[in-house]
Amino acid sequence: MPVKIESAAYNPFDFVQDYQQQLEKRVGQGQYGAATIFIGSMRDFNEDHRVSNMTLEHYPGMTEASLESICEEAKQQWPILDVLIVHRVGEITPNDTIVLVAVWSAHRAAAYDANRFIMEALKSRAPFWKKELTPNGGKWVEHNT
Amino acid sequence: MSITVKFFASLREELNLDEVQLDPQPEMTALSVWQQATSKVNLPDKTLIAVNQEYAGDDVAVRDGDEVAFFPPVTGG
Repeated sequence: MPVKIESAAYNPFDFVQDYQQQLEKRVGQGQYGAATIFIGSMRDFNEDHRVSNMTLEHYPGMTEASLESICEEAKQQWPILDVLIVHRVGEITPNDTIVLVAVWSAHRAAAYDANRFIMEALKSRAPFWKKELTPNGGKWVEHNT
Repeated sequence: MSITVKFFASLREELNLDEVQLDPQPEMTALSVWQQATSKVNLPDKTLIAVNQEYAGDDVAVRDGDEVAFFPPVTGG
């Protein structure tokens, strides 16, 4: 269940395709019947203001540990085959992909439910922080919605 | 050995502190580490604390060699 922190722009579809090929080699084709993919990308607005770019800071070490532990919790709750999490850090511009969560399972319910669980847990627990650049200067995002 | 204290995001900027090393004292807690590292700035509401990269309360015991981090609510994803 790999967790990747990327400091440069990435194409989430390439990551999913590459990882799915590795997964097929590992578990064999025909093992999964469902894959859910969540992609979160950067908007150029937040609440009531424009955002021209953003810096994403994280806590190296704890970030990876926290995401791995979230994956383990998902695996305890649902019969999932594998998970891929990729999260961007550093300087980000609108439309860049921030987060990718992909979950593979035999049936769709587990893939849907585990994906949602992982994404919500990531937003509330994984140590990342966003600082937006707005027309009035830098502004730390205070809480997740 | 020593205790490593880290600050992130808005806390790092407001305190102008990134990382500090403290000499261990008897019966340290996360809160006493905060007070020693910041020269007794009040711990802001909603500050999250991690000891050895796991979430902890402000009363958790801190020992020589531990890493203690303080940061605001997380906003990833």
